[in-house]
Amino acid sequence: MERQYETVFIMTPVLSDEQIKETVAKYQNLLKEGGATIVDENNWGMRKLAYPIQKKTSGYYYLIEFKAEGSLIAKLETAYKRDERLLRFLTVSLDKYAVAYNEKKRNGGLKSQQKAAAKKEETVEEPKTEE
Amino acid sequence: MANDTEIKFLTPIKLETQRKKYCRFKKSGIKYIDYKDADFLLKFVNEQGKILPARITGTSNKYQKKVAQAIKRARHLALMPYVADLLK
Repeated sequence: MERQYETVFIMTPVLSDEQIKETVAKYQNLLKEGGATIVDENNWGMRKLAYPIQKKTSGYYYLIEFKAEGSLIAKLETAYKRDERLLRFLTVSLDKYAVAYNEKKRNGGLKSQQKAAAKKEETVEEPKTEE
Repeated sequence: MANDTEIKFLTPIKLETQRKKYCRFKKSGIKYIDYKDADFLLKFVNEQGKILPARITGTSNKYQKKVAQAIKRARHLALMPYVADLLK
């Protein structure tokens, strides 16, 4: 049965931009070849880790949301485990509420997002007035 | 002379009227708790980063389990600390 999944992986900060693209492309291809359809992707970029992992204090986050057969997950996770460029990964299956939540988030219909957007606008406006 | 025995206070003492706790997820109709939203999950941990019990937050059992799961996922992805001092 096909289900919707969401996977996040953290790459080491020592990678160059090209290596990051390469790693991301590798997993996108792996998913596509496995018959998955990618629903959404989100590049979180470089983030500070809440605690050090492998003596690294930051990491490059990337999220992929996809629809696939359950058997593909095992393949994906073995590929993750063998990859030395990754610090961490997490794959979760999404229930109907999670799918609805993500869709809403994508369309910018969440209250928290609206608040954040409003804050951003405020910060943008401030320097203008200074000028 | 019944009034002599009665104790009078200058300021009226506050009787402990506990406000009824409620489950914020049930009340506002939240069905899914996002593990990626670390700022929100911060409300359900104490200063050391430990998960607060439902009896303090008032969360119902159904959603407490989901909160705990979301916090554990956030910790795994280093979005939240496993242990911390003075988190807030």
